[in-house]
Amino acid sequence: MQDYFRLENVTVQFGALVAVDAVSMAIRSGERRAIIGPNGAGKTTLFNAMTGVVRPTQGRVLFDGNDISRAPVHKRSAMGISRTFQITNLFPRLSVAENVLLAMLGHTPRKFALATLPTLNPDEAERGAAALEMTGLGNRRHSVVTELSYGEQRQLELAMALATQPRILLLDEPAAGLSPRERVIVSDIIRALPRDLTLILIEHDMDIVMNLVDYITVLNNGKLLVEASPEKIKNNTDVQDVYLGRGGQDA
Amino acid sequence: MTASLSSDSAAAAGDLSTSRVGKAATVSVLLGALVLAALPMVLPNYQVSVLTEVLIFAVLAMSIDMLAGYAGRTSLCHGAIFGTATYMTIWLAQDGSSIAVAMIAGVLMATMLAAVFGMLAIRTSGVYFLLLTLALGMVVWGICLRWTSVTGGENGLRGPGRPEFLNDHVSFYYVVFVCVALITLAMWRIVRSPFGLTMRGIRDSESRMQALGYNVPLHMFAAFTISGFFAGMAGALYAVFNNFVSPSAVALVLSVEGLLMTIVGGVGTLFGGFIGAAAIIALENVVSLYTERWQSVLGAVFIIIMIFAPDGVLGRLKDGFGKWTSRSSR
Ligand SMILES: Nc1ncnc2c1ncn2[C@@H]1O[C@H](COP(=O)(O)OP(=O)(O)OP(=O)(O)O)[C@@H](O)[C@H]1O
Ligand SMILES: [Mg+2]
Repeated sequence: MQDYFRLENVTVQFGALVAVDAVSMAIRSGERRAIIGPNGAGKTTLFNAMTGVVRPTQGRVLFDGNDISRAPVHKRSAMGISRTFQITNLFPRLSVAENVLLAMLGHTPRKFALATLPTLNPDEAERGAAALEMTGLGNRRHSVVTELSYGEQRQLELAMALATQPRILLLDEPAAGLSPRERVIVSDIIRALPRDLTLILIEHDMDIVMNLVDYITVLNNGKLLVEASPEKIKNNTDVQDVYLGRGGQDA
Repeated sequence: MTASLSSDSAAAAGDLSTSRVGKAATVSVLLGALVLAALPMVLPNYQVSVLTEVLIFAVLAMSIDMLAGYAGRTSLCHGAIFGTATYMTIWLAQDGSSIAVAMIAGVLMATMLAAVFGMLAIRTSGVYFLLLTLALGMVVWGICLRWTSVTGGENGLRGPGRPEFLNDHVSFYYVVFVCVALITLAMWRIVRSPFGLTMRGIRDSESRMQALGYNVPLHMFAAFTISGFFAGMAGALYAVFNNFVSPSAVALVLSVEGLLMTIVGGVGTLFGGFIGAAAIIALENVVSLYTERWQSVLGAVFIIIMIFAPDGVLGRLKDGFGKWTSRSSR
């Protein structure tokens, strides 16, 4: 398998703070990868550098062989890079259906249409419906986002990222703030994703991570600490020190 | 699992695509149009002329609502865009151009101005957008006041008068009525289109829109320019209605009045512009019988509305109606 998404020495600085410190990473096509690390380790910032929300101060971001370090967010999205947000980021005053509709129209020229109603072709409609069905929101189409429970809002986060038919999906703590029962729903959704979809998952819950991914990257203080398979990470003493073991920094 | 997905996707396709308009809303709009069509038959001439003004300013209010209610940007330069079309129309008409040509040029000029303002303002939001558009509007006002050789300065410009067949108040009213009806229909189509949905998406979350592949500044630029185009249409109609233009047509007060009409009618309702325009113009007419301090009254009205009915009249009605229907269906 070839490298699909590459980070080369990516550094992101906010003033004096180095949020991401010379991180290099290679994700292969079809891989499922987790990024773990304590609060403030730079995980979300790394996602932001991958999706274009922040520009790396140094280093390069490559996707499918192209240098995308300077491409804006919407262009990267059009290339098939899709993400969810750690802090729920939906269209609160629109319905579930309209949220998904906007997700589906984003990559079509029809988003500029002025005189028609927003419609989907049968193919897209099926994809949108499948994304809702898959995330358990099939019967919530007409609810306005503010009427959804927090758990359902997290499911809609996933549905919208999925509906765009991504080539690579970045999930930023999809189960953040959920009850144990809701966590199971979310991990089931992730498990049911097509196996050929490249997936990067940020998650604090080690139990979720262990069962879902092939490979784990541990970040600490912006630096890449170690990359290994879930079993090896579990037994790595460095990781236990900074992350699993409650002794060091808080997790 | 896949089988069950495709089996109900036909129903889902309809569900995702359609956005129904409530029956109550349709009936109210038709009733409103009917009332506006019938009123000139019973009103005295002066009031027909006031009603004409209401229609024209409803277009200004709706153009402001396109940005405020759908894209979430409160503009304070739409009065200036409106007045630019008025100036251009009268300036050309007094020079001998036909009224149609003068109006088209006025609308074009306003649209171009909106495009320039749009480029400057689209990357801001909230209070920064408000202040930037306020400043841009002030620049236009300053130019109209100082560039006396073209604008006539404080004295303003007088037009050549309406074509003969429009001299009578009632026939002029019906011409404006038809124009405004068509303009309203066009705006309604736009806010209901994919582009309109995009504007509402930007209002709710710009970062999510970008993550979904939308070039947010480009959409905002288009929204601003389109909104300016409609403000320009109102301004061109106003030129024919008023046959006179002075810096007060591009002044901040006009932008504030337009915004107030939008708010009174209900932000994000579009048709609320008619209610807002009627309310503010009626108030202005009544107040001017007693005092010359219209601007102070306007300020007070603004504060009262913001405290007691920030959702506006239509917003209130929609809300109340929603509660009433959900209660009766239980
Ligand atoms: N836009 C920003 N401006 C300034 N500092 C930022 C910005 N974004 C993140 N930071 C800082 O960068 C550091 C890394 O933050 P980041 O959100 O990437 O951590 P994280 O690993 O995602 O943590 P968490 O597990 O809490 O989500 C933090 O100290 C944070 O305060
Ligand atoms: Mg984070």
